[in-house]
Amino acid sequence: MELLNLTAVQLSAKIKAKEVTVAEALDAVLEQIEKLERDIHSYVTIDWERAKKSAEEVQKKINKGELNGLLAGVPIAVKDNICTKDLLTTCSSKMLENFLPSYSAQAVENLKKEGVVIIGKTNMDEFAMGSTTETSAFGVTKNPWNKEHVPGGSSGGSAAAVAAAQCYCALGSDTGGSIRQPASYCGIVGMKPTYGTVSRYGLIAYGSSLEQIGPLCKDVTDCAAVLEGITSYDKKDSTSILRKDREFIKDLKVSIKGWKIGIPKDYFGEGLSEEVRKAVLGAAKELEKRGARLEEFDLKHVSYAIPAYYILACAEASSNLGRFDGVKYGYRAEEFHGLHQMYKKTRSQGFGMEVKKRIMLGTFALSEAYYEAYYLKALKVRALIKEELCKAFEKYDILLGPTTPNTAPKLGDSLSHPMNMYLGDIYTIALNLAGLPGISLPCGKDKGGLPIGLQLIGDCFMDKKVMQAAYAYEEERGRFIPCIDEKLESWHS
Amino acid sequence: MTGRISNETIEYVAILAKLELTREEKAKVQGEMEKMLDYFSKLDELDTSMIDPMPHLFDFGNVFREDQIENQQKGEEILKNAPKVKDKMIHVPETIEE
Amino acid sequence: MGKKYETVIGLEVHVELSTKTKIFCSCPISFGEEPNSNICPVCTGMPGSLPVLNKKAVEYAIAVGLGTGCSITQYSQFDRKNYFYPDNPQNYQITQLYMPICTKGALEIETKSGVKNISIREIHLEEDAGKLFHDQETSSSFVDYNRSGIPLIEIVTEPDMENEEEVIAFIKKLKSIIQYLGASDCKLQEGSMRVDVNLSVREAGAKALGVRTEMKNLNSLKAITRAIEGERKRQEKILRDGGEIIQKTRRWDDEKGLSFAMRGKEDVKDYRYFPDPDLIPLRISNQWIEEIKASQPEFRTKKIARFKKEYDIPDYDIELLTESNYMAEFFEKTANLCGNPKKAANWLMVETMRLLKEKGIEPKELKYSPENLAKLIGLVDKKVINGDKAKEVFHHMFEQNMDPEKYVEENGLRAVRDERILKKAVEEVIAGNPKSVEDFLRGKEKVMGFFVGQTMKALKGRGDPEIITQLLKERLKEGL
Repeated sequence: MELLNLTAVQLSAKIKAKEVTVAEALDAVLEQIEKLERDIHSYVTIDWERAKKSAEEVQKKINKGELNGLLAGVPIAVKDNICTKDLLTTCSSKMLENFLPSYSAQAVENLKKEGVVIIGKTNMDEFAMGSTTETSAFGVTKNPWNKEHVPGGSSGGSAAAVAAAQCYCALGSDTGGSIRQPASYCGIVGMKPTYGTVSRYGLIAYGSSLEQIGPLCKDVTDCAAVLEGITSYDKKDSTSILRKDREFIKDLKVSIKGWKIGIPKDYFGEGLSEEVRKAVLGAAKELEKRGARLEEFDLKHVSYAIPAYYILACAEASSNLGRFDGVKYGYRAEEFHGLHQMYKKTRSQGFGMEVKKRIMLGTFALSEAYYEAYYLKALKVRALIKEELCKAFEKYDILLGPTTPNTAPKLGDSLSHPMNMYLGDIYTIALNLAGLPGISLPCGKDKGGLPIGLQLIGDCFMDKKVMQAAYAYEEERGRFIPCIDEKLESWHS
Repeated sequence: MTGRISNETIEYVAILAKLELTREEKAKVQGEMEKMLDYFSKLDELDTSMIDPMPHLFDFGNVFREDQIENQQKGEEILKNAPKVKDKMIHVPETIEE
Repeated sequence: MGKKYETVIGLEVHVELSTKTKIFCSCPISFGEEPNSNICPVCTGMPGSLPVLNKKAVEYAIAVGLGTGCSITQYSQFDRKNYFYPDNPQNYQITQLYMPICTKGALEIETKSGVKNISIREIHLEEDAGKLFHDQETSSSFVDYNRSGIPLIEIVTEPDMENEEEVIAFIKKLKSIIQYLGASDCKLQEGSMRVDVNLSVREAGAKALGVRTEMKNLNSLKAITRAIEGERKRQEKILRDGGEIIQKTRRWDDEKGLSFAMRGKEDVKDYRYFPDPDLIPLRISNQWIEEIKASQPEFRTKKIARFKKEYDIPDYDIELLTESNYMAEFFEKTANLCGNPKKAANWLMVETMRLLKEKGIEPKELKYSPENLAKLIGLVDKKVINGDKAKEVFHHMFEQNMDPEKYVEENGLRAVRDERILKKAVEEVIAGNPKSVEDFLRGKEKVMGFFVGQTMKALKGRGDPEIITQLLKERLKEGL
């Protein structure tokens, strides 16, 4: 148990100090997986054999001194929409249930060079479309804090796995909050970096202009270490940006005295639960203790972010998911007459309802008659939102607010009220529209014992600042007791 | 921009999207799309006549690849995921339409 | 007498660019490979793959734009055209709808009826699709993605042409410009240039355009000519019979001499174009444009005019030599070095072009240099070697570039000019063939050829046939 309580950076330090072996660490998480997986179901694929082999190889390299990075020897999990060479990558969809990529995502390659051990692929909302991990074709994932609640989504499997110590850290992807929201629901740290920081090569696209791969971790230090590991300029991704200030770990601990923190009033309006409001404003006070200055301000375009986001994300998705047609890979319907029926049957049988809905919506928004009214309008609103946010950063170092209006809902609640589910993305999606970095970290619990997330937002390319503020808060807050400590008994039910 | 989505529109969009929806699915999609479109109409509140659309977040200049061969033959790797292959080609139902 | 009609024609010309690699990935472009060998995750639309633009493809597109008098769009972007088809692996094609890279150009063409300007609406850059093969017996098609992702430019003209003569003149001119730039080999047969003809007819003098059809699968200039004739007649007949033209894409069957309506791809034509989020906007600076402009060749029309002024050779030769810029430049260098343009032209037009055709290679693949061809011409001019030997030397040179002067020396090919040796050879031939001499003296003049041949043989081919004939004639007057 003690081993499982270590963070990724702590574990790697112990491995390098020969206090623990990579195999022992891997065995510990595998044991945890065996124990909890039937209840939580974080994983779609667990790569038992290769993980063990890889642990041996990594250990050898560590012994020879060839691997000495911050994450050497750490067992990690990867969201199932991030390609891993020769390891099933399904997007939690029947459409790709047998898809074996011949390449790994650049982010995965980067981490492998750091000497991590990949345990397996985590469950998610099908093609990342959803906020609960309930739209997966391979079963729902449950919140480790309370099995009757969702872990959030779409990176719900990654968040649950980190919270339940079924891995030391995980990769997720964030198109509209898909890292930060499940991190918030599961009481862990999750970050979406500035657009272009992490290569999208190998990330199976949903909303290409919005999304980034990012870390889900136990604490801010791990988050900085993983983000440092996956950040790279990739010439295979035209939207990749050469980042010079990527020494996130080295610069993590700075004084935030005198920093100006903006608190958008519009992030505390209607729909926000009282418990979340209190916890988040409480967190702001903690930062004030460290010498930061708080100031409320107006961010009036926030309410327009959701419609703009859903138009753009669905439009891009309708095109991105065109390639799943039964021709080159993945599912092909068994019975059909002619080419076009093959397409239709394959896609209708291979995709789940939420995916079909979004493809329909996106196709509609791009169709000739509606392109201007919806798609083009949304692109203009996007420009407005970005401009407004950029202006805010002329005044503030960091913005602060809740990650989500509420804590994790009960299983089944969201899908029966999809509009509410979409509205739940209100605080996270403006960042995706504008490309900004944002982090979610735990700042309390509601009376049901479910974690509450604090969101810190930075200006473009100010990822470092976001983590510095998060680190300062984490220090001030003290250790956030993880669910594996608190809820241990319940696992044996 | 608000209003009902006709059955014809749903059929039309389904043809474009290559989806074959059951009657229940169509009704569901139609209902939810209508709600979404109502909600999207909120954007009409904003005057965007003078705003340039923003399809790309950042623009730091051209990104090019030099015209140099780097890919080695990867045919086999690619084909191994294809549902049906014959003589190194992907088999699909006949496409000729005359 | 029925109504009079006039034809209105616009073209859409697709041209494959001669880059080494594809437009969005570094797969090699080569032809005649096994199916699906030059493919990667990008050009087969594998999940998670992303496109990166080939700079050379952009340069070629700009060069063609400049060569056709277009303005270059300094800020352009790529759009996705969404439609389902198995040769289109992502089920969208990356192309340029909203901001094509070149716009508003024109080419001047010359036909029997005079000079005319044909406007070019735009040129855009896009990716090619894969190839489909069909097996009707099993109702199957097969996809090969080797061609998928080869860079294409599409040149779209205004409907400025009236007949096949103008269309052919336009295509020839366009082809020549693109070939001069080295941007493509523009082979209609092989599909590296594909011409779609948009044609409508209207009553003579009418202002509004008629309903047009688009014709595809035109694999030669002849097919284009026949297809235009055929489609014009077809449409005129429909209109005369009071019918209506249906706006359709039609496939020309050159063997049957008929076009067939292609059944729509089941779809409504709604391609849902939108800017590709995976590719950032393309910025083309003035400096870049200037650089490309500076490296443009002298195009054919100008070159023909100049050659006519500078070289005293027939117009026919100039037409032929300037078909390829490489050949034209080769000619010019050779002619200037040897000072004998007509001979230079002859070597290139006769022997060189014959061998190129025989071996199926392009002028730019020629191994020998203008310097060496000039030397060879000099050797003949100075009568150092005779015509036959010159051909022999030339063939060696064609296979492997070498210095013909050295070669002649090393292989002892100099023509024999010593009169004593020549006379001796003649004497021997006459002495050895008394019967033929009798025949000759009895008036059978044809035997002369035989004597010349025998004498040449005795001289190991190194004689000058003119001198030998002269000597033989003199000698034969004397009888046996």
